Amino acid sequence: MNYKRVAITEAATSILDQLKAKYGDLIFHQSGGCCDGSSPMVFEEGEMYLDESDILLGQLNGINYYMNQDQFDYWKHTHLTVDVTEGRGASFSLEIPMGVRFIIRSRLLTPEENSELNN
Amino acid sequence: MDYKKPKFKEKYENFIGGKFVPPVGNEYFENNSPIDNTLIAKYPRSQKDDIDHAVIAANKAKEAWGNTSAAERASLLNKVADIIEANLEEFALVETCDNGKPIRETLNADIPLSVDHWRYFASAIRAEESSMSELDIHTVSLNLKEPLGVIGQIIPWNFPLLMLSWKLPPALATGNCVILKPAEQTPSTATLLVEKIADVFPPGVVNILHGFGPEAGKPLASHSGIDKIAFTGETTTGQLIMQYASKNLNPVTMELGGKSPNIFFNSVMDADDAFLDKAIEGAVLFAFNQGEVCTCPSRLLVQEDIYDAFMARVIERTEAIIQDNPYDVNTMVGAQASNDQYEKILSYLEIGKEEGAKVLSGGAASHLDGDLANGFYIQPTILEGHNKMRVFQEEIFGPVVAVTKFKDEAEALEIANDTLYGLGAGVWSRDAHQLYQIPRAIKAGRVWVNCYHAYPAHAPFGGYKKSGFGRETHLMMMNHYRQTKNMLISYDKNKLGFF
Repeated sequence: MNYKRVAITEAATSILDQLKAKYGDLIFHQSGGCCDGSSPMVFEEGEMYLDESDILLGQLNGINYYMNQDQFDYWKHTHLTVDVTEGRGASFSLEIPMGVRFIIRSRLLTPEENSELNN
Repeated sequence: MDYKKPKFKEKYENFIGGKFVPPVGNEYFENNSPIDNTLIAKYPRSQKDDIDHAVIAANKAKEAWGNTSAAERASLLNKVADIIEANLEEFALVETCDNGKPIRETLNADIPLSVDHWRYFASAIRAEESSMSELDIHTVSLNLKEPLGVIGQIIPWNFPLLMLSWKLPPALATGNCVILKPAEQTPSTATLLVEKIADVFPPGVVNILHGFGPEAGKPLASHSGIDKIAFTGETTTGQLIMQYASKNLNPVTMELGGKSPNIFFNSVMDADDAFLDKAIEGAVLFAFNQGEVCTCPSRLLVQEDIYDAFMARVIERTEAIIQDNPYDVNTMVGAQASNDQYEKILSYLEIGKEEGAKVLSGGAASHLDGDLANGFYIQPTILEGHNKMRVFQEEIFGPVVAVTKFKDEAEALEIANDTLYGLGAGVWSRDAHQLYQIPRAIKAGRVWVNCYHAYPAHAPFGGYKKSGFGRETHLMMMNHYRQTKNMLISYDKNKLGFF
């Protein structure tokens, strides 16, 4: 595998490192729609029940990044970069009390990436 | 008349057991107005200890409250309605400041609708009867509805007082005590409400706690001392809340968002009349409340033979939207509720463009002058593309509509139902057959027919598919907060004869 579906910015990595120091092992789960949705949520590992319907998109800084299969079908042609922004987004994601929110920046997969990752 | 930012105290407290109490950890968070990103006030950063206190207070109150008469509970609900109505302007102004939505919306929609939901459930509980069946000449089955006990409720920030008024009245009308956590972006109107109704209910019946999801929301949702959790939010949090509830074998209701199709058949353009004017407004309703509505009609489906003519009118109407200071009564579209929301919407505009969607209108942030320069404004935006694009599949929660065309009824339905969600939909036509058959074939809990974005009490609202379950704004919600006591009564003097 030469190509990856997910990446993370330096700013987001720094927040993630602080959360790892506080909570230990973590996972990302990409949420779906509504008020605080369509955002990457970070939880302690084991917090969320995962099964074969949760697709592992990759690892960021040693942390697994999951998305539900149904949603993946609509997202799989795009590359996702986890970034962070100031904000008060409500949800159970662990960075919320820090006054920041993880956010996804997306681009299309290149034809090369697409042929390797989606075939 | 124009308005300005209202005055607030420096900080506010939780409302637990009938009293305003500081958080155990004595920590507070700052809540800013999205209109100009200035401080509103500090609110309690509650933790598990605070939730524990509220659960104790609610459990202490539940027996006496559960045994009050329907007449008594209804009268208190009506009292709350009267108090909100008497202070309508104050609630509207605080809501606008906290959420960023225009004052004309809070004055004419959010707050008056909130009043009506309190009154509706006050009436519904009075008019209700239990059921009874005579199973045979000696045996009677009596079904009594009893409250669950203590309800946890977690509500979102897009309609703060209105969502509170969807959730609290049915739970209270049916004799439950409630612990409600408002969203951390919009804690203000819930606080204003408990300040004004502090003495209305017995202590412990209504408890309002502020704080962050992982610190206060999770301990509430997972608490073994509650009997049900009701949630409005998004899917991942919804799944987590159901997991927590499963540990306690607690029932849940959830409303989890959507990607609602708004379908316009060619007959809408058969005449250039009042109905066409209404239909065009119906298409532009994607910008209502800055698009921060779970049922935002964010997928616009237009029949191909009227597409160009219809869209020209929709674009014209969209570009006539006044986006300005939310305190100005003429403003139609205000600020997005928070910076992260604003950033997320902009990131969707980017991926939309990258996927090849064509910008028909808007497509960028809106930069307002003066104090508003620090606020979070996005131009009402129309993107043209196809249904497999991410902007057609994900809830952007901004004033952004994705438009595509369809050939016939079959294709309209195929596109409409090609989504993970099923909360709302709109169907517009002058053809009486279409007006019945198309809504029946759409997999969504609410289909607006020749209208959109109406939320009256007594019309049940809730989702199909990944949009959740449970039906709010209707008396059927009362059963989501109750359990059935069946009394099986024998009037036979004779023994069974088994032993």
